Amino acid sequence: MTDATLDPVAAAPAQTPFRRLVSDFFENRLAVFGLVLVVLSAFVALFAPWISPQNPFDIGGLDLLDAKSPPGTVSGDGKMTYWLGTDGQSRDMMSAIFYGMRISLMVGSVSVIAALAIGIVVGLVAAYAGGRLDAFLMRIVDIMLSFPAILVALILLSILGKGIDKVLIALILVQWAYFARAARSAALVERNKEYVEAATCLALPAWRIVFRHMLPNCMPSLIVIATITLARAIALEATLSFLGVGVPVTQPSLGMLISNGFEFLLSGSYWISFFPGVALAIAIIGINLAGDHLRDVLNPRNLR
Amino acid sequence: MIVYVIRRLMQAGLVMIVMSALVFAGIYLIGDPVAMMISPDASELEREAVRRTLGLDLPMWRQYLVFMNDALHGNFGKSFLAGQPAMGLIFERFPATLELAFASLALSLAIGLPMGVYAGLRPNTPGSKAIMTGSILGFSLPNFWVGLMLIMVFAVLLPDLIPWWPRLPASGRGATVDVLGVKLSFLTADGLLHLLLPAITLSLYKGALIVRLARATAREVLPTDYVKFARAKGLSESRIVGVHVLKNIMIPIATVSGLEFGQTVAFAVVTETIFSWPGVGKLLIDSILLIDRPVVVAYLVIIVFFFVALNLVVDLLYSVLDPRVRLESRGS
Repeated sequence: MTDATLDPVAAAPAQTPFRRLVSDFFENRLAVFGLVLVVLSAFVALFAPWISPQNPFDIGGLDLLDAKSPPGTVSGDGKMTYWLGTDGQSRDMMSAIFYGMRISLMVGSVSVIAALAIGIVVGLVAAYAGGRLDAFLMRIVDIMLSFPAILVALILLSILGKGIDKVLIALILVQWAYFARAARSAALVERNKEYVEAATCLALPAWRIVFRHMLPNCMPSLIVIATITLARAIALEATLSFLGVGVPVTQPSLGMLISNGFEFLLSGSYWISFFPGVALAIAIIGINLAGDHLRDVLNPRNLR
Repeated sequence: MIVYVIRRLMQAGLVMIVMSALVFAGIYLIGDPVAMMISPDASELEREAVRRTLGLDLPMWRQYLVFMNDALHGNFGKSFLAGQPAMGLIFERFPATLELAFASLALSLAIGLPMGVYAGLRPNTPGSKAIMTGSILGFSLPNFWVGLMLIMVFAVLLPDLIPWWPRLPASGRGATVDVLGVKLSFLTADGLLHLLLPAITLSLYKGALIVRLARATAREVLPTDYVKFARAKGLSESRIVGVHVLKNIMIPIATVSGLEFGQTVAFAVVTETIFSWPGVGKLLIDSILLIDRPVVVAYLVIIVFFFVALNLVVDLLYSVLDPRVRLESRGS
């Protein structure tokens, strides 16, 4: 056996780190299940206007006689079946859930991306600058993190008032500190590595060293935190909307739909808050399962 | 040590002043409390009179100075709606929230700890895997929705379907007993029944956290030398787990329970709203929705104080439990 090409190991396609990550990820059935749930939720959110049987925002299209129909009822005009029932305003629950998922996922992902961006800038600057600036920034982060997110968001919204933009501001303000702390600790490790020293010797500008060289190496751990924060952000928005300080009634997120169903719960119309909750749980569980395994896959100890 | 405590307290004072100013200014901007309080057909003259009695006709910075002056004398103003001192209103309702929080803490420890230790001792049994999957559900299921579903199942569906099934109460505190002037629910059977569903709802998240923490620590402790030594000595398994392993699990559990206690009190806002539990959380939500500024600001001052005190106590306790932790270096 002198011919190297006959060696089965050498003949296998070269494994890039990315490919190994993907194959590692798909080894775990639970993680794949989570990913399927995430894709399903994202699909429903993206294509809500095209796959919904009814436009829940079109008041004129609603037939008040169909209010509070149980799941599986055929509508009064015989045109459609309410597979998940209708709410108090005779809105088809399935359509309302599709549109609600759109709002919930949008608010969650936009707030996490913005908070991630702010956190990266603050954390990397603190780690690279060090000294007084570092101490000052981290003190602010400490203070932010010493209060529960729900409470800070609640107080902020009591000041800002209702609206999707206000909810986004509140969510970004309560989340950036997590990312700032994580980015700083990841950057502190990178800072002492040789490639940073080399870049410094080449007299590259500080911003280039920080954002072009250190940042890509900090990203894996930040991505893991971002997935878990996304699940928390969606849950937090739902909670705030449930409490009546989140999104307005005209743009019901899943939390708002659950809240609307609350008043009908005791009279036995369970489906109005049951199904939106299931949809919310599917999205959050999917993200958590996939994120949980992503952490194991992206763990630096596994990266050879 | 003393320097550390003083520095932390000064920092807390600064946070309280900044937060109260922000909230004061913010709530000042968004709404006119007078519009919420008196009937819409009151004359402008009557409105003006109400404004003057509440001191709302002064410019904002004067109002804030009046508020700060009063606050330093322990007076946080009267609730616009109830007419009672805001601080008194909050203290009156704090025991209900604490009772709920302690009940859920006890519940999550009683259920989470044994499950977590079991999952740590036998990581590959189907039972352990079910527990770990269940803990992900505990993290993921939206807490307020679980509360609603518990109401649906135990207060509506099951009693409707099965005649002998007891209908669990879904709102209020039930009968209370006065102990040293504080009303407590858990001493009466009726109160306990009322406490059950809210406490379960509130304990889910923390229970899941304790399961994961207990499992991770148990797996860390099991391969250590002193456990091997205890086995070699021929100690019974129950003694090894019950004494030697459990003791070491308790340190992180105690820390996290302490830190999470604040989270529980904060999250009680949601549980109290669902179950109409008459605690501070419900008071806060009602006050925010009705722009009752003195109550919101007073709540904020108390809660900031509460959290700073809690964090300080946990930090100090940690240095006692684990001598390797040095406070001075963390304080600077």
